[in-house]
Amino acid sequence: MKKVISFPNFGNYYIPLKTFLSKITKCKVITAPKNTKKTLELGSKYSPDFVCLPFKYTLGNYLESIECGANVLVQAGGGCRYGYYGEIQDKILKDLDYDITFINLMENGSFSLIKFYKSAKRLNPNLSFINFIHNVLITLTAFICMDKMDHYVRANSKYEINKGTLNKIKSRFLDFIPNNFSIIKMIRLYKRNKQDMKFNIDKKINKSTIKIGLIGELFSLIEKSSSYNIEEYLMNRGIEVKRYTDITYLLIGKRFNERKILNKSKRYAKYKLGADSSDNIAHAIELAELGFDGIIHLKPFSCSPEINTVPILQRVSEDYDIPVLFLTFDSQYAKGAVDTRIEAFIDMLIMRKENNLNEERILSRS
Amino acid sequence: MKKEYYLGVDIGSISTKGVIIDNMNNIIADDYLWTEGNPIEAVKKLINSLYKQAGDVNIVGVGTTGSARYLIGKILNATVIKNEITAHAIGTMSLIPDVKTIIEIGGQDSKIILIDKGIVIDYAMNTICAAGTGAFLSSQAKRLGVNIEDFGEIALKSKNCPKLSARCSVFAESDLVHKLQMGYKKEDVIRGLCNAIVSNYLNNVAKGKRIKPKIVFQGGVSKNIGVKKAFEEQLGEEVITIDKGHLMGALGIALIAKKSDSRINFDFNIKDYNFKTVGMECNGCANNCEIVSVYKNDEIIDQYGNKCERGIYNR
Repeated sequence: MKKVISFPNFGNYYIPLKTFLSKITKCKVITAPKNTKKTLELGSKYSPDFVCLPFKYTLGNYLESIECGANVLVQAGGGCRYGYYGEIQDKILKDLDYDITFINLMENGSFSLIKFYKSAKRLNPNLSFINFIHNVLITLTAFICMDKMDHYVRANSKYEINKGTLNKIKSRFLDFIPNNFSIIKMIRLYKRNKQDMKFNIDKKINKSTIKIGLIGELFSLIEKSSSYNIEEYLMNRGIEVKRYTDITYLLIGKRFNERKILNKSKRYAKYKLGADSSDNIAHAIELAELGFDGIIHLKPFSCSPEINTVPILQRVSEDYDIPVLFLTFDSQYAKGAVDTRIEAFIDMLIMRKENNLNEERILSRS
Repeated sequence: MKKEYYLGVDIGSISTKGVIIDNMNNIIADDYLWTEGNPIEAVKKLINSLYKQAGDVNIVGVGTTGSARYLIGKILNATVIKNEITAHAIGTMSLIPDVKTIIEIGGQDSKIILIDKGIVIDYAMNTICAAGTGAFLSSQAKRLGVNIEDFGEIALKSKNCPKLSARCSVFAESDLVHKLQMGYKKEDVIRGLCNAIVSNYLNNVAKGKRIKPKIVFQGGVSKNIGVKKAFEEQLGEEVITIDKGHLMGALGIALIAKKSDSRINFDFNIKDYNFKTVGMECNGCANNCEIVSVYKNDEIIDQYGNKCERGIYNR
């Protein structure tokens, strides 16, 4: 039987991942259909009801990929329940009598590159370790370039001369990634598109719009379809958005920032809280210090690390006088309720900002 | 020049509220009626009643708020469509300028709004639980065979109050049945229910928020004096209810409409038009968006609910 590989949706990262997997395994790689209501329905149908939302989405992705002909499925993991996804999803799919090979990249609770290499070698016996590492490095470069570009778009979309140009340039960049799959070409491509973006913004417009920081659980932040595209919604309203969590941060930044993070969140949590909790506390403090107007904290229903962060963030909110909006996403959540909350939050931030400006004006006059 | 007036409409899940204010923010007409699951009919009735009270005044700004704000906003051709949190805060502050905390419990949601120096500094809305407090109360009133309007009065009669489980309305309900079967008096159970609602609110919605006086309690449930008493007992502070507390959302949105720049010529004949909504499922992709089309005298005026451009404007 011909091997067809598939993996769950995770933001735009499927683009380099697809090329990467096809380069190292020489098999056909298909991407899961985009997340829709049907994905979630399928996933929820076969998941335990109280499991966190990403589990349901990724299981739905697998089921839809299998429908499209996939028979080798890949799952990664993280520091929370995410670490057990692979094993449980493997079992659920086997119980459903699907004839699939499940590649779980977790070993003893952490992501293992060696295991990844061995699994890939089983699919492609000609794969050399050097070749594997080379492709890993290219993929990492692609991730870093994508994240840097995303970061730039979030910070500068409010300065756009014509609405939507930055996103257009970004999607063009994404389209070119598979054909420029080498480190040098990738960096060149990135630089060219970034330059293009710089020509399309004007820093003189929209200077005083509000700034919102997005923190919380990684899947809700990166796979935006699971959190009603809040990021786009904010950017479309001309709001500057800052988000720390992206794949570069999770794979690289987090490892080097551990000390700094613990130091920053020391006042509230002495020890590491697991998953991204300590990071989120530190980032909330940093956002407050950077003069952001508000913070939106996203989490899927029953995400225990982020539930731990909520009471601490409430303290941070009080101590640093920065409003925090907490949003929880579940398979049973109504969009109307989310819209009302965000709209009210933005209104409140604008009112606060105007009031602060007025007070400053009065103070400077007297 | 003709005097200018502003209309504010707040369409909640249970009730529909409307006010007309003049330039000096005086309410010249107001009404409050049940939505009964049909927001369009309710608004038509509301406009009719406001027309009877105010006469054919020159309305130049229209605002809508509440859960049906988009639909009604399209029908009334509103100049502003805003969420109810902002509207409630602005409405209440116009009557009680030094308010610090607004407790709002309505039919489907509960919220807390914290205000400092005349601006909203923080708010919270019920998350997954504590929803449907008003709806829950009225269904329990039915179970107990009392009028929802008398609920509070009956609660005040009670001298000894059983503790009802407040974690969740499902548990509260089964606990309530259990207490009744154990032989507790009806008024005691009703008071216990009022207390349970308040502790649920304080533990869910108001969790981690600093509640400072002056505290204003509004929304449909604020008409229930038993709940108000329970709030005062548990907070140890005076809780104010405003006579027109139920109109605060409508008043707030009318004030926002007044402040905004856009102006229209409002036509009272809207009450005679024939409005129709058609809900359909777009089968363009697996999202199956539920698209609602709004017709005015068989002419399409708006469609919404779609996530993408596909599926819109095809009847």
